[in-house]
Amino acid sequence: MQKIEVFTGVAAPLRRSNVDTDQIIPAVYLKRITKTGFEDALFASWRNDADFVLNQPAYQKAEVLIAGPDFGTGSSREHAVWALRDFGFKAVFSSKFADIFRGNAGKQGLIAGAISEADTEALWAAIEANPGVSVEVNLEAKTITLGSLKVSFEIDDYTRWRLLEGLDDIGLTLRSEQAITDFEARREGWRPKTLPAKGV
Amino acid sequence: MANKPLTLAEKVWNDHIVVKGENGSPDLLYIDLHLVHEVTSPQAFDGLRLAGRPVRRLDLTIATEDHNTPTLDIDKPIADPTSRAQIEALRHNAAEFGVRIHSLGDANQGIVHVVGPQLGLTMPGITVVCGDSHTSTHGAFGALAMGIGTSEVEHVLATQTLPLKPFKTMAITVDGTLRPGVTAKDIILAVIAKIGTGGGQGYVLEYRGSAIRALSMEARMTICNMSIEAGARAGMVAPDEITYEYLKGRPHAPVGADWNEAVAYWNTLPTDDGAVFDAEVFLDADTLDPFVTWGTNPGQGVSLLDSVPNPATIDDPNERAAAERALEYMDLKAGTPMREIRVDTVFLGSCTNSRIEDLRAAAEILRGQKKADGVRMLVVPGSAKVRLQAEAEGLDAVFKDFGAEWRFAGCSMCLGMNPDQLAPGERAASTSNRNFEGRQGKGARTHLVSPLVAAATAIRGTLSSPADLNGAA
Ligand code: SF4
Repeated sequence: MQKIEVFTGVAAPLRRSNVDTDQIIPAVYLKRITKTGFEDALFASWRNDADFVLNQPAYQKAEVLIAGPDFGTGSSREHAVWALRDFGFKAVFSSKFADIFRGNAGKQGLIAGAISEADTEALWAAIEANPGVSVEVNLEAKTITLGSLKVSFEIDDYTRWRLLEGLDDIGLTLRSEQAITDFEARREGWRPKTLPAKGV
Repeated sequence: MANKPLTLAEKVWNDHIVVKGENGSPDLLYIDLHLVHEVTSPQAFDGLRLAGRPVRRLDLTIATEDHNTPTLDIDKPIADPTSRAQIEALRHNAAEFGVRIHSLGDANQGIVHVVGPQLGLTMPGITVVCGDSHTSTHGAFGALAMGIGTSEVEHVLATQTLPLKPFKTMAITVDGTLRPGVTAKDIILAVIAKIGTGGGQGYVLEYRGSAIRALSMEARMTICNMSIEAGARAGMVAPDEITYEYLKGRPHAPVGADWNEAVAYWNTLPTDDGAVFDAEVFLDADTLDPFVTWGTNPGQGVSLLDSVPNPATIDDPNERAAAERALEYMDLKAGTPMREIRVDTVFLGSCTNSRIEDLRAAAEILRGQKKADGVRMLVVPGSAKVRLQAEAEGLDAVFKDFGAEWRFAGCSMCLGMNPDQLAPGERAASTSNRNFEGRQGKGARTHLVSPLVAAATAIRGTLSSPADLNGAA
């Protein structure tokens, strides 16, 4: 996972509330066997609509999503985060996230930051006044800056630390690699081994 | 500090702590054996690829194909594209990362929970994980065996460890002697009916008592297999001579000095006198009847001698509503004797009941009998090895003479990811572990039963026990 501290990217306004994971990625895409390549699946049913925000040229390369309240509700599918990430998003902001979605986002290196409803409106207005405009997301300072508009967002300290350090779950465990190696040295010889294969 | 008396589960847990969690954070636990199959592993391997990580311990990892494999024409390409893609992905990943794999056609292919014990890889005092909830099966050996999700599969592949939160312990004591015709499946269905499908949530169950000690390894696996249907994290049985006898001489079982060292350690594993469980449940084996389900979760079961219950008599409003919905889905009327329920299909198979002992027990009843008109019976051995052994014993001939279909190994109709499915509205007596709506096919109706009840039902056409075959029509 890549470390994130400060980055600048195009912001897209998603003026909808209650966007559940089925809308973020419909169930038919869950049959796939890869963990990447879900960019086409993101908001699949809305993408048929030429007017949908992500279909507009200004937002093709969006990296920051400013969404309405109750984002990521519904099924716990991690694919929702993969689809956002594969499209190119590095951060999503909403005044309210579903817990599981927020947890999944943190694990995959996607910032899910909470902002106030007033700030959501302010950002939407500023972006729509200037489609394709970039914002600066500062994870260290927990701020989003668009020209003279500067808003703060909330993210729990533990997730923020992990994102700043670029640590996924596995990376975190591998910090204990020495302890694992020591444990392995102590393991008894009778414990099962699948190799070399026997009984074949 | 004097040594605190510990339970079996606590001992195995403690012996695997790599890093002790502090302030409520999880312990990092070492994993001795990681079983892999095609459904929950593709994205885990893809995750490794993305991060450029290898599999840490190939010698503690083994893969097999089971959920999607066809049980007919196994030499032909798999027709369903999703099934084929999952199996091809597993083969590709196993080759790329160097994981040992037993593919369709291989003598050790089969349901992952049948293959591990059969190879002697599952043993007492180890930790076992697999991206499958019925990993609890392996607890029959006194192993701590848990089902995990795809992200955790990736985590174990990369680190051979898993951060896990502590659990609570529950003793399920079954004392007494089972009557003829009553089996391990009936014990576990009765346990789940008693504690409910959420009754084991947060617990590791330990099955104890004289009735459990008397069971074979196959039967203990049947019980531990269904621990998950009570919502439990895992189920365990303390190892004993029966365990050692089963394990000794299997391909991967320890030998020589290793065996002696292992047995000495395994003998220390049973729960200490004075150890305290967080919860206790008791069941009397002497009075137990064959048990069958009437509803759409494994807790909705009754004695075969009973009738379909009346939801109006259920106090809890949620359970009452669930029962009403279940009866509607199952197309059953309250008060109907269970033994009058007619079935279309009998399925003998799944990781609950597809080992050689299950096939022998069913064949014993079917020998020389004729299948009821209009009933279809599918016999699906749990592994290719079980199939070969059954054929060596002539069991396949018994099944075929009876009129049953003798198939190749896999999960098959347990969940119908392959073509073995029930048609909408069809009713099955099934030796599997889940009777959820649509589990065996859209609109399909499932009654969970033991292999003995499955066999007797195939003869009579209605839910029956072997006792119903003696003279009485
Ligand atoms: S037999 Fe059924 S329960 Fe067992 S692993 Fe296969 S699908 Fe799961």
